[in-house]
Amino acid sequence: MRRFLSKWAVVGLTVAMLAACGDQKTNQGTETEGGEASSDGGTPKYAMVFKNTGNPYGEKMMDGFQEAIEEVGGEVILRAPDQPTAEGQIQIIEQLITQQVDAIAIAANDQDALEPVLKKAMDQGIKILSVDSAVNANSRLVHVNQADPERIGRSQIEAVSEMINGEGQIAVLSATSQATNQNLWIEWMKKELEEPGYENIELVKVAYGDDLRDKSVSETEALLKSYPDLKAIVAPTTVGIAAAGKVITDKGLNGKVIVTGLGLPSEMASYIESGVSPAMFLWNPIDVGYGAGIASYALVQEEITGKVGESFEAGRLGEKEVVEDGDGTQIMLGDPFRFDAENIDEWKDVY
Amino acid sequence: MEQRVVNQNEYVQRTLTNKQEFSLKKFFLQWEWLLILVFLLVLAINTHLSPYFLNGAGLRDATMIFLDKAFIVFPMVMIMILRDIDISVGSTVALSSVVMATLYNNLGVPMEAAIIICLLVGALCGLINGLLIIKFKELSAVIVTLGTMILYRGLAYVILEDQASGNFPEWFSFFGWGHVAGIPFILLVFVLFAIGFTLLLHKTTFGRQIFAMGNNPTASRFSGVQVDKIKIIVFVLAGLMAAITAIFLASRMGSTRPNIATNYELDVIAMVALGGISTAGGKGRMLGAIIAIFIIGYLQYGLGLINIASQTMLVIIGILLIVSVVIPKLNLKGIFSRFVKKRNTN
Amino acid sequence: MAEGTLGNSNSVQVAKKTSKLAIVSKFRELGLLAFIILLCVAVQARNPSFLTMENINDMITNTAILSILALGMMLVLITRGIDLSIGATLALSGMIAAQTVSANQGLHPILAILLGTIIGIVCGIVIGFLVSKFGILPIIATLAMMNIFRGLTFTVSDGQWISSYQMPESFVSIATSKILGINTLIVIAVVIYLIAFYFINHTRTGRQIYAVGSNPDSAKVSGISQTKILMLVYTIMGGLAGLSGVLWVSKFASAQGDTASGYELTVIAACILGGVSIAGGSGKLSGVILGSLLLGLLNNALPLLNVSPFWQMAIQGSIILIAVIINTLVKRGVVRNNLLRRKI
Repeated sequence: MRRFLSKWAVVGLTVAMLAACGDQKTNQGTETEGGEASSDGGTPKYAMVFKNTGNPYGEKMMDGFQEAIEEVGGEVILRAPDQPTAEGQIQIIEQLITQQVDAIAIAANDQDALEPVLKKAMDQGIKILSVDSAVNANSRLVHVNQADPERIGRSQIEAVSEMINGEGQIAVLSATSQATNQNLWIEWMKKELEEPGYENIELVKVAYGDDLRDKSVSETEALLKSYPDLKAIVAPTTVGIAAAGKVITDKGLNGKVIVTGLGLPSEMASYIESGVSPAMFLWNPIDVGYGAGIASYALVQEEITGKVGESFEAGRLGEKEVVEDGDGTQIMLGDPFRFDAENIDEWKDVY
Repeated sequence: MEQRVVNQNEYVQRTLTNKQEFSLKKFFLQWEWLLILVFLLVLAINTHLSPYFLNGAGLRDATMIFLDKAFIVFPMVMIMILRDIDISVGSTVALSSVVMATLYNNLGVPMEAAIIICLLVGALCGLINGLLIIKFKELSAVIVTLGTMILYRGLAYVILEDQASGNFPEWFSFFGWGHVAGIPFILLVFVLFAIGFTLLLHKTTFGRQIFAMGNNPTASRFSGVQVDKIKIIVFVLAGLMAAITAIFLASRMGSTRPNIATNYELDVIAMVALGGISTAGGKGRMLGAIIAIFIIGYLQYGLGLINIASQTMLVIIGILLIVSVVIPKLNLKGIFSRFVKKRNTN
Repeated sequence: MAEGTLGNSNSVQVAKKTSKLAIVSKFRELGLLAFIILLCVAVQARNPSFLTMENINDMITNTAILSILALGMMLVLITRGIDLSIGATLALSGMIAAQTVSANQGLHPILAILLGTIIGIVCGIVIGFLVSKFGILPIIATLAMMNIFRGLTFTVSDGQWISSYQMPESFVSIATSKILGINTLIVIAVVIYLIAFYFINHTRTGRQIYAVGSNPDSAKVSGISQTKILMLVYTIMGGLAGLSGVLWVSKFASAQGDTASGYELTVIAACILGGVSIAGGSGKLSGVILGSLLLGLLNNALPLLNVSPFWQMAIQGSIILIAVIINTLVKRGVVRNNLLRRKI
């Protein structure tokens, strides 16, 4: 009897549990456009896979993606693993292949590790594009680039040089040592520093805060102590720049050490207002997601195939052209946007 | 005191000679049935929820997604029966795959040899864990493997720094992507290991000694079980299986990085726990853990097909874990009889 | 005669020496302390800014939250349990507290702290209930609840972070303000440790925690309610994690869904480094403080040492292993010494 009962209890509980998930299905991921939900593959399905869940930058990008797909018509699937790992993304892409989606836009956690699974997807006719964080040229048709990495790297150095009057020690506080975007930007920063006009600026250290608050704080404190003459910290990552801003504020070094880099306006608002960070940069993640959405549509409609020289009408972003990017191709969205005390108020509530 | 030791000896002898005690068998039979039921339910509900779920190719290839970490489950079952735990396995995966890739790409070692060295590195990591644990008995396995967890991953970072290493030969992708007669290669290997480990744990003296040690380490020692030797073997097996996971994972991703397989240890422990293996030691069956692998794997796959947000998936898996552990503990008979009594009095 | 006095004074000296040694040897985490001192000397030699007031202050402030959590974890470990959910509990309570203060800017910070602590206590009660009433193994119950709390945090936050501009000044200043010239975080940690010291050593319930951990059967026989004690320790742990959540969010002026992900392992490491046995029954506050301090020291010193960032992790792992091993060896020596003395 006990066995019988326990079995039924399990049945009941599991059914209840999974029924609960079934309900969530309608409001969680999939949203059908136009009401005519057809499982026979009538409406095209566009998927976006971000790096990890619970990341406001990614949420905004997914909002933009959704906006674009709603404009052109189609079903949107927004996914992200709970941890920023390539393994989690592989799992999600496999599931998307099974669902026979038409296009996948991915912000990759690892530029190489997704190659086999993305090739498999492409073999099945799924259009693959990367966005924000590229995958290697073999595993994508095109990359939607938020901004030119060269411009991102160089403009940060230009800005920091202006802020410290072209003289003094600076340090970089990055995300993890594995972060491909950040590593590329730092490469360009170093190249810019070799240009004439920066002779008096010394890059003393590249520290890694791993995008963790506590580690970024410890690294910032260590920079301040190891280099007492430090003039500026350049942090091309949201968690890093906000942590640096917090440390400088708490230590009362406002005005002595300046902070700049790339960060979310919402996270940086108080530090920009207080002057700890006179200015910092970012692109609009909503636009990046939007551009990726329209590009997915163009790929699925075979308006473009990802070859250099093609162009398409990217909705409110205007006409965009496919240009060369190393071995592959990309669509460039624009220059990084500069946030300072003038404009931070209008942006801090946006993203 | 002596009397007690003798009694314990007898007990150990009994567990060593009798294959299973009858009552124990009955209990576990029930647990495994429960798991199978949950598994079937997961399948049924997923089929209901997603039109894509019940698709031969999909179901078959889904195993390729979740089986990579499943290899570590086998030795982890043994370790947890021994009342220990190994949280360094994820880092061992990273280190051994990084060594393999570096040997092949930077030192010109042939891939076949690199794979063998990868296995050796895994086994060595396990051996170091095992040696530290038996040399410093005051230390629990948690702290030792916590230390080596950080150390092994640290070494992987030292070797590859911020680079990824890939460009494996064409045939290497067979491990993660190949099929043999329509069945994923990884599934075949998994089945082989599953049979091997089940036999090892339940049909050999070695396996029975593990149970004896888990039930009563002191008594086992007195009755001549080579406690240290067994511990070392089990931890070496854990390292070895982590290296096998490393091979499949590297093949699947076509490259490797120092930060792969992060948090694998917790996923593995969850599978073992759902499989009914008690961390208090001495209890559990390989079969339960094997079913648990498929329950969690297919649940994640099915929920993924209906695009559940991953935070919701976390909650669901947590609930599943609790529900499946609570159910057998509930005194359902008591509740039921009370219920019946109430009705009768009414 | 002269020879006699000489011999006499010698023996007196020996006796004095052993008694001193006896006092020292009572302190079981001697090896750890020695190791920490050695480490400090080594780091100081490489970077003179290490042992400055400012850096020591930073280090202790950064360690305060860890030490609060380690205290709760010690109680859980003493009862032969473990709590893997505290990182998630911390994130959940931090997130809800941050959302509350951002919606009600006028909320008194004490109320925010209280709110966070209560959320933590509720989380702890759920775990305590699962562990004590259903007898679920702590590692499984807390692993499952870790997933659930983390998932809830993401759901509650809807993927958004609460940023510093949304938090009132009063809330952020919980972590930056000073009481009698000492950072509030440190003061809170010290107060909690003082209460814990009294609770553990001088109350009946406190001693019962050790009894349940060292021998559950005889504890039961002597009339100690195991259910009550287990419930209590997980609730305390939850409450401390909830409190830490508010402090964490206030300190970093930002609440994220993935706050303190994986932090539970650091906390457990601090406890075990400090000599708390995972097999239950033993563990001292002094040890836990030293364990937390060693980890705080590593986090503070490694960036100062200017070693390659790729070596940091390997060094950290080796130091933890070496510290644990040295501590074990010293303990063995102390025990052997004690046994020898007993024979004499």
